[in-house]
Parts: sequence; C-alpha cells; structure tokens
Amino acid sequence: MAESILKATRESFGEALCELAETNKDIVVFDADLAAATKTSTFQKAHPDRFFDCGIAEGNMIGVAAGMAAAGKIPVAASFAMFATGRAFEQIRNSVAYPELNVKIAGSHAGISTGEDGATHQCIEDIAIMRAIPGMMVLNPADHWEMKAATKAALEHNGPVYIRLGRLAIPSFNDPETYEFTLGKGITLHEGNDVAVIATGLVVNEALKAVKELEAEGINARLINIHTIKPIDRDIIIKAASETGRIITVEEHNIVGGLADAVSEVVTEECPVKITRIGVKDVFGYSGPAWELLDKFELTQPHIAKVIREVVNK
Amino acid sequence: MDSSEIKQLRVLANKARMGAILGTYHAKSGHPGGSLSAADIFTYLYFKEMNVDPQVPQWEDRDRFVLSKGHCCPSLYAVLALKGFFDWDELTSLRHVGAMLQGHPDMKGTPGIDMSTGSLGQGVSAACGMALAGKLDNKDYRVYTVLGDGEVEEGQVWEAAMFASHHKLDNLVVIVDQNGLQIDGPVAEVGGIEPLDKKFEAFGFEVIKIDGHDFEQIKDALDRAKTVKGKPTAILAKTVKGKGVSFMENQVGWHGVAPNKEQYEAATAELQAENDRLEGKC
Repeated sequence: MAESILKATRESFGEALCELAETNKDIVVFDADLAAATKTSTFQKAHPDRFFDCGIAEGNMIGVAAGMAAAGKIPVAASFAMFATGRAFEQIRNSVAYPELNVKIAGSHAGISTGEDGATHQCIEDIAIMRAIPGMMVLNPADHWEMKAATKAALEHNGPVYIRLGRLAIPSFNDPETYEFTLGKGITLHEGNDVAVIATGLVVNEALKAVKELEAEGINARLINIHTIKPIDRDIIIKAASETGRIITVEEHNIVGGLADAVSEVVTEECPVKITRIGVKDVFGYSGPAWELLDKFELTQPHIAKVIREVVNK
Repeated sequence: MDSSEIKQLRVLANKARMGAILGTYHAKSGHPGGSLSAADIFTYLYFKEMNVDPQVPQWEDRDRFVLSKGHCCPSLYAVLALKGFFDWDELTSLRHVGAMLQGHPDMKGTPGIDMSTGSLGQGVSAACGMALAGKLDNKDYRVYTVLGDGEVEEGQVWEAAMFASHHKLDNLVVIVDQNGLQIDGPVAEVGGIEPLDKKFEAFGFEVIKIDGHDFEQIKDALDRAKTVKGKPTAILAKTVKGKGVSFMENQVGWHGVAPNKEQYEAATAELQAENDRLEGKC
C-alpha cells in the first residue's frame, strides 16, 4: 500500500478540480470570497478564465451557477458548508435542484473540525439540509483518494450534487492502487459480524483505527464507509443489519438528519435493529483546536472503540 | 415600427391578456394583476426583439428570457402559445394536476421557458449566469429578465446587480415592471424602493425609463440597450397593474386572485371588444 498522505479533503478537491478541468472545458468554478480557504484557488491559478469570484454573496453565486448550467456549463460553486447550504439553501432548492441543473455545490469547513472559528462556522447541519432536497446527491468523502475520485464522479454525473469538504489535514487510509469509487455504493473496510459500524467522512479513519484496535480484544466489528449519503447504499446497510443485528453510526454532523437518520430510514423499513448514534449530539460547537474538539465531542478512536465495546458486550 | 406593426403588437398583447384571464379563471387561482401589467413587454420581446425558434426551444444560440417575477407567467404562457411553443388550449389546464403549465415557470416541462422561477430575486441571478456563459463562449445571444417592482426588495436582486456590472454584462437587460403594487399594498408604502433609477445607476447600470405599455418606447429602450457597451441595462417600465381589464386596473386585490365566472366573462368581453376595435370589426 502507498504511504499515507496527510491532507485536508478541501485540498484534494482543489487538485481534482484543476486536473479535471484540463480535459473538460465546460467546467467553471465560482467562489464567494473564500477561494483560498475552499482551495478553489488552486483552480483559479490554473484556469483564471474559468474562475469567478462572486464576492460575499452566496445566494447570487448559486443563482449565477444555475444560469451557467442552463447555458450548458458545468459550474462548481464553493463556500463554507455553513454559507453554501445555510445562507443559499433556497437558491439551491429552487434554482438548482428543482430544475435539475448540473451544478456542483462544495461545502468546505464542514463539521466541528473547522476548529477555532467556533460555532458560527462549524456546520453540523449541511448533510441534513441537502439530503432533504429531492434529487440532490450528497457526497462526504473520507480521505484524499476518495475525495479525488468523488470529485471526478460528481463532475461526470449529470445533475445537482453536494460535496462536503473538510478543513483539517487528515491521513489517507485508502490504497490508490486498489481503491474504487462508485457513486451510491458503500465500501466495507473491515469484516466482522459482532456489530456493524457505519461511518462517513473525516471520522471513517477514526472508526477504522477503533475496529482494528478491538480485533486484539476478540471483537469483530464490520466497518462500512458511506461516502454517498444520498442516494444511500440500501443493500449494504440491510445486509449489515441482518448479519450483525446491531448498528453504530459515526459522523461529524448532528445526529439529527445526517447519516444516523439516513441509515435508520433504511433499517426501520427493511430490517429493524438497534442503532447507536455517534455524532454531535444536537448541540452547537465552540472554539478550539480541531483535534481537541473532535476528542471533546467523542468522535475519535478511543471514544468510538469504547462505544463499540459497550454495544458488543451488552 | 409603422402603425400596422404597432397595431399587430396591440392585438397580440390583447390576446395575451385574454389568455392570462382564461388561464387564471380555469386555474381558480393565479396572478392576473402583474400578468396584465407585463403583457406588452412579453409580447414585444417574443414578437420583435428576441431571436428564438418555437420549433427548437433549446436552440443554443437563442436569446434567453427569465421571468424573475415568476408568478406573472399566465400572460407569458399566453405569449409563448401565440408564438407557437405549445397549444393555446394548454392555458385551460393551467395549475391543474398533471398539467404542463405550472403555477410558476418550469423549464423542465414547458417549451420556451428558459429558467424555473417563482421564488423572487432568484431569476435575475440565473440571467446573469446565462449572460456570463454567453460572454465566455463568445456567443452573441442576449439575455432578458423581467422583475417586479416589489421583487427588487429582495437582497439577491442587488447582489446580482453588483455581479452584472462587475462582469460588464452588456448582453443583459433587466426590465422592472413598475406597476406600483405588491400583495400587501402600494410598493411605495410597503417597501420604499425609490429612487430606483438612482439605485440601478449606482450599481453600474445604464438606466432607461419608459412607459411599459408604449411599444415604441419599449422598442427604443431595447434598441438603445444594444448600443450600450461594458455595462448592463435596466429598463424601468412604468405600468398599470391589471392593465386592459378596467375593474382590475390599479387594484391591489387583483394581485393574486382569479376571476370568478362573472368576472371572467366581463373581463373577456372587455378584451374582446378591444380586440374587435383593434381589428376594425366595430
């Protein structure tokens, strides 16, 4: 396996945009005065003629992107997850999703790992908001390699997509030699039948370390990475529920409306089992270094391992 | 334009008004007031100004139109039907379950509709995006958008206005249908949008003020807009809400209420009489 790369998914996203735009001349990128932070600045440097800074006006940015898509372009509109999905929710809903326009919305600085900026910038509702819009595809890649593959797939998919980016540099865990990304398909990262851990985004690596740690204790946890939250991979969830009988969801998002609910919707319809939800427990974040916050909110390896242990030993 | 061309436009606009009344009557809902105030503007755009092909609605070099005040689609639908984008009979199922003509414009389902709109303030941004795409591809199509004067209370309109002048979108024409009334009352009392000309000027627009029911003034303004380089144009068109149906004119109550059978018949009779007068039948 290739050496692990320490990189924020926003950087991987910026790189991927740049590369994809070399061959696809229809790709245009918009930002709302956060290009250096969302890393669309990487694209801006390489393709200045196809980059448009809309200033601090997210609603207009989404509308302009919609108009561009209506004229045949493939626009990517980036901002912080908070402002892209919060401030511009209704523009995304009415000007992009309802007419099924081919706009990609990138929400960076998602989750509490945004860190020191505090609660106003730590978006823990974006997945819930985007998931509620009919026809909106929602992606939450977990490392460098997955983000690059997901960005490519999002741009090749004809229709609206929301893609969640993180600020924090995180180590890659996927092997680029063997890694395969398919929209809407979950990935089993670790086999086991004692419990199924279903994780998404930045915390997938923490969950992976946790299930590996528990092997030594004789606990065999299955770990599934859900990079596509909508449309969700129903089959992999139903199989996990029926074969393990117990599910733990892990996400750097409010436990309301995100992965936990997406998994619950499938399980309650098809194969009801108990679900334990690890995530931000319906509270706002606060300022602090990212890893300290992830620890405080109990989203790191030791906390995930503790919950798995409790669930399995109950 | 000679007098026969103007007369022809008046006949078409009058028919569009009849279509708006027909549609809202059958829908038992909808927005007749603003549909009637903007009918002359829609008519001129589709019959004189815009380069469109009803046989190929998605023709990529066409001029684009975005009805940012999406609720006024009944008369736009009538104009599109008159132009040949779809059958006139579609108007009688406006807003019905399964109908092609939605309560607000739907670009996916309705030929000739270039952008789905209805949530105020959003269409003008989409129009900016279309205009910018045209610039990027060196195409010479133009983009037109009609806003309501109440609609300009939306902050997004001004975000878009900044964007349009910053990007020198001289292929964009923003037309404000200034009928002076919004749901809660006169715009001057509810929103306080004036001085609208100075606002658009300050945002970098070429501003032209016209009577929105005078086809020669509409023509002159749109012709002048084509000569403006390096900035977008705003045409502030003074209109009468409910224009053409005497009991609806300047009545705020006709913003979003459909005519009942009696009102439908009275409005249609009045518009039919105007049609006959224009066509010299009486």
